[in-house]
Amino acid sequence: MKEHAVLEMKNIHKSFPGVRALQAVDFCLCEGEIHALMGENGAGKSTLIKVITGVYEKDEGEVYLAGHQGPVAIHSPQDAQRLGISTVYQEITLCPNLSVAENMFIGRGQGAGLNWKKMNADTDRILQSLDIPAKAAQQLGSCSLAVQQMIAIARAVDMECKVLILDEPTSSLDEQEVQKLFRLMRDLKQKGVGIIFVTHFLDQVYEVCDKITVLRDGKLVGEYAIKDLPRVQLVAKMLGKEMDDLSDIKGENGSSDASSAENVYEAEGLQSNAGIKPFNFHIRKGEVNGFTGLLGSGRSECVRAIFGADRVLRGKVKKNGKEVKIHKPIDAMKNGIAYLPEDRKRDGIIGDLSVRENIILALQNLKGFFKPFSKAQTYRFAEEYIRLLDIKTASADTPIKSLSGGNQQKVIVARWLLANPDYLILDEPTRGIDVGTKVDIQKLVLKLASEGKSVTFISSETDEMLRTCSRLVVMRDRQVVGELSGEDLTQNKIMSTIAGGEAKS
Amino acid sequence: MTNTSKKQFQISDLFRSQLMIPVIAILILTIFNLIIGPSFFNIRLDHNNLGNAVLSGNLITILDNGSELAILAIGMTLVTAASGGQDISVGATIAIAGSAILKILCGSDPHPETMQAPIIAAFFVGVIAAMLCGAFNGILVAYFRIQPMVATLILFTAGRSIAAWINNNELPIIKDAEFGYFGGFIPGIAVPTPFLIAVVCVAIIFLVMKFTNLGLYTQSVGINENAARLIGLNPVLIKFLTFVILGVCVAVCGLIKVSRISSINYSVIAKDIEMDAILAVALGGNALSGGKFNMAASILGAYVIQYLTTTLYRMKVPADALPAYKAVVVIVLVVLSAPTVREFFSKMGRKTRSSRREAA
Amino acid sequence: MNKKVLATLMSAAVLAACSTVMVNAEDGLIKVGIINNDPNESGYRTANDADLQKMFCEENGYDAEFAYSLKNDEQIAAAQKFIQDEVDYLLLSAADTAGWEGVLQDAQDAGVSVILFDRTIDAPEDLYVASIVSDMALEGTTAIDWLSSQGLDEYNIIHIQGVMGSAAQQGRTAAVDSFAEEENVNIVTQQTAEWNAEKAQQIVQSVIDSGESFNVIYAENDDMAKGAVAALDKANISHGVDGDVIVMGFDCNKWALEELLAGNWNYDGQCNPFQASYIDEIIKKLEAGEEIDEKVVIMEEKGFDATQITQEDVDTYGI
Repeated sequence: MKEHAVLEMKNIHKSFPGVRALQAVDFCLCEGEIHALMGENGAGKSTLIKVITGVYEKDEGEVYLAGHQGPVAIHSPQDAQRLGISTVYQEITLCPNLSVAENMFIGRGQGAGLNWKKMNADTDRILQSLDIPAKAAQQLGSCSLAVQQMIAIARAVDMECKVLILDEPTSSLDEQEVQKLFRLMRDLKQKGVGIIFVTHFLDQVYEVCDKITVLRDGKLVGEYAIKDLPRVQLVAKMLGKEMDDLSDIKGENGSSDASSAENVYEAEGLQSNAGIKPFNFHIRKGEVNGFTGLLGSGRSECVRAIFGADRVLRGKVKKNGKEVKIHKPIDAMKNGIAYLPEDRKRDGIIGDLSVRENIILALQNLKGFFKPFSKAQTYRFAEEYIRLLDIKTASADTPIKSLSGGNQQKVIVARWLLANPDYLILDEPTRGIDVGTKVDIQKLVLKLASEGKSVTFISSETDEMLRTCSRLVVMRDRQVVGELSGEDLTQNKIMSTIAGGEAKS
Repeated sequence: MTNTSKKQFQISDLFRSQLMIPVIAILILTIFNLIIGPSFFNIRLDHNNLGNAVLSGNLITILDNGSELAILAIGMTLVTAASGGQDISVGATIAIAGSAILKILCGSDPHPETMQAPIIAAFFVGVIAAMLCGAFNGILVAYFRIQPMVATLILFTAGRSIAAWINNNELPIIKDAEFGYFGGFIPGIAVPTPFLIAVVCVAIIFLVMKFTNLGLYTQSVGINENAARLIGLNPVLIKFLTFVILGVCVAVCGLIKVSRISSINYSVIAKDIEMDAILAVALGGNALSGGKFNMAASILGAYVIQYLTTTLYRMKVPADALPAYKAVVVIVLVVLSAPTVREFFSKMGRKTRSSRREAA
Repeated sequence: MNKKVLATLMSAAVLAACSTVMVNAEDGLIKVGIINNDPNESGYRTANDADLQKMFCEENGYDAEFAYSLKNDEQIAAAQKFIQDEVDYLLLSAADTAGWEGVLQDAQDAGVSVILFDRTIDAPEDLYVASIVSDMALEGTTAIDWLSSQGLDEYNIIHIQGVMGSAAQQGRTAAVDSFAEEENVNIVTQQTAEWNAEKAQQIVQSVIDSGESFNVIYAENDDMAKGAVAALDKANISHGVDGDVIVMGFDCNKWALEELLAGNWNYDGQCNPFQASYIDEIIKKLEAGEEIDEKVVIMEEKGFDATQITQEDVDTYGI
């Protein structure tokens, strides 16, 4: 084993039916090191993590841990935990119906006797030391997602792990929370813990990591020290090709100045039961607009009200100038509106159904109960979009839940494209997706606009929105506080409008 | 490289299909009966006391007596798939449907000389009664979001009393031979009528699933209700619909059951059939928590249960021990159909296939 | 909020369905709690319940509450409730013979007099004041005596039993089991159809399909005998008077006696459901402070032979 290494993996192979997920991958993590693991969709990052943590059994290769002679065998997550490997996953894997303290200590072999008082006291101590706004006796489900994430990390930290794996920990955190997390990570680094940081946020990688390992298509591209690898080169290695200059993509598709076109959709005084104040909204044919604001400012709630996903309380809605009633999703769909939800696991994918069934579902609903598509037709639709969006799947019949996150997202996009809407709402379409697909989706948005479709694009990465949108609706604390377009579309202007500078209505 | 064309049909697909579970159960029972004595499988064409030709034999008994369960399994599969729960009131609602049918046929006198109304009218009333029960359960589950087993507990408890009340606590008896055709034999047709009715019901449901989106929508709602709603489906309506369809199945079963004895016994009719119906769905490899389903497997599962009962009668298992034997066999079958065990077998299969490939 | 209201309403509905009319005690009326099996269980039970309802009403000086269940533990719970309600008399037809000692002791301690009817239980005699029962074992031996008097060379019996553990089943089965010890008697199969005609049909069908020969069907109630006969008819096996197979039932439902009259069945054993008048007599005596003559009253029950039954019998005894 290398000097100072806490974890070393050699020549790891792992295959699934039809897919070689990992081929001859090496990985080395040293003491007190924050090591980023990066790669595109399907590159093998999740698989590698699951091999380390015992969720999957590797087909070939060896794993070495500091303090153990010879290769170790990790057959289950309990083994991994025992060996000092802790993981915090992207999707919260705690129990929302139990209290914070119970979640902290669950499954850690306390024996039959539980000392509640001690458990609660210890938990409060840990929460305080990490500055997490929660109480030991609180029900976990009542904390925000971000806080739940931090509690998950606190649990891993408390178990005195030697290897801490953070799989997309910052996806649901805002700026301040990300900084808290980084402080935690640096503390642990001092203590000699090795941290594997899997993320798509380039900025964050460069802020806190020491080394980067890049995977592509299941193979190891290389291991690099942060200072030796500038951003552009990193992205190039991940994609395996030279990166397009992202700022030019708008130019490619022509100006999306659609100020002369008519309104495709208009809403006046629209309010749903999700707690946002009544708002007005309009979007023109061929226009791309976005909603921006801090986490929790009500962006998703606005677009859900437009789609009828939440119960609409009041408001007048016009489609193509004609007044219509949109009270539930099918109304919106019949009026040519599509909605890609923020939480694809909870609201988007129908896990056990195949890729092909997921793709045709929206169009099928529009067609009606008594007119099912023939099987041959569904295969044709599926093939078309698998090719068009480059969806990586073993076949059209694979259950969608076995695809990687990014490919699942592509399937949902395909579903709505197939329904041929006039107005497409995309809520966080690029979250948890690799760089290459992110670019593809942004290019797609602009292409749709140039074809005369309207798009609402919501993303927590404002530069994505700046690249694609011609108008941004700014939200703060569940109400619309401003609208920006033209020259005002800069990061600074956005931030000041959110913060409460001059508002342009 | 993705393979987007239709997969070639392979034997291994058949093995991994849900249908294998009841099929394997049938194979095991068949081998078992062959060992004990192949005369079990004899089928004879005899004449009954009225001079009509009838088929008889253990296999015919299985097809005959398993029919009500098969019809019920159709509805129970849909309800389970959409709501992730089970309807335990089916026994009681069969009593209600049967009682309603007899009420129409008997009129005011419980022992009439002839039927007071055409059978089709009585059956229609039975269907309405059962569909109302289904609608009642459906509203509680779909709209008020009460757990299915809790919601259907009401009719489970009160249903048989309601059935008795319909006929004023009397036991109506029909003397017309015509009425007995549905539970017995139609003169001139040697195949037992319940089986024919079951075949018709199965044909209907398969046509419905082929020419409508019932299967797709039910599965979507069962797997992810939120996502289904956001794609334009109405989960409340779909769940409600499954309960009403189960109501229709219940009415058909009610007709067959009262026709078998041309009478009714409110506390005994279809007793414990709800447990068998749930079991049929589970034996078909369907998740009782809802989602994807295979209708053919449930129907086959229903016949497996009847096959098991007939086998145990044949073996003259002592009356006290019969439930225990049935329970053991069921446990074994359900464990074998569990995902962990199936994964184990498919892993073994893959290993032998790859070693065979290497050796080749 | 909606859910909670609904849940409360539902629980109320369930309770209403399970339990029976709650009547407040009025002065001067004798308070009785009557625990019986489900009145829909069979024609016998319906007649028995109707008889009791007719007898124990306000006009006759009674304040009666009824509880029904086919399950022993539910009956025991109902008994506890009646004891708490301070009834004067507890009338009981038990679903199962076992398990009653505890609650009868409680009744005695509370000063409640217990009268058994229709079925006996396994409990010390001093725990109840009287019992008016059918001697099920006697019903069985009456039937078997009749059977052996038929003088057949050999008896191959299909024995179809009721719900295992019930007093009726135990009594009627005991007779068959002791008969089977004789040399020329063979039990072809002994299965429970749980009082269900359909199951009885399947049991007999199974024997027919196995090709074994039989000449007697001993069904422990009329419904099961009916199911058995359906199987015979299907196989065109003759039965009844002049038939190949002897058919025996119990309970004497009117329609069953008519089958005897028509010669389709051979025997039906009476299980007299009319115990109410006996009970009323006993209660009146106890209220008057008198001693009762016999603690255990066995009801008179006979068996009917198809060759001797008359229309008058059908009208008088058919329930």
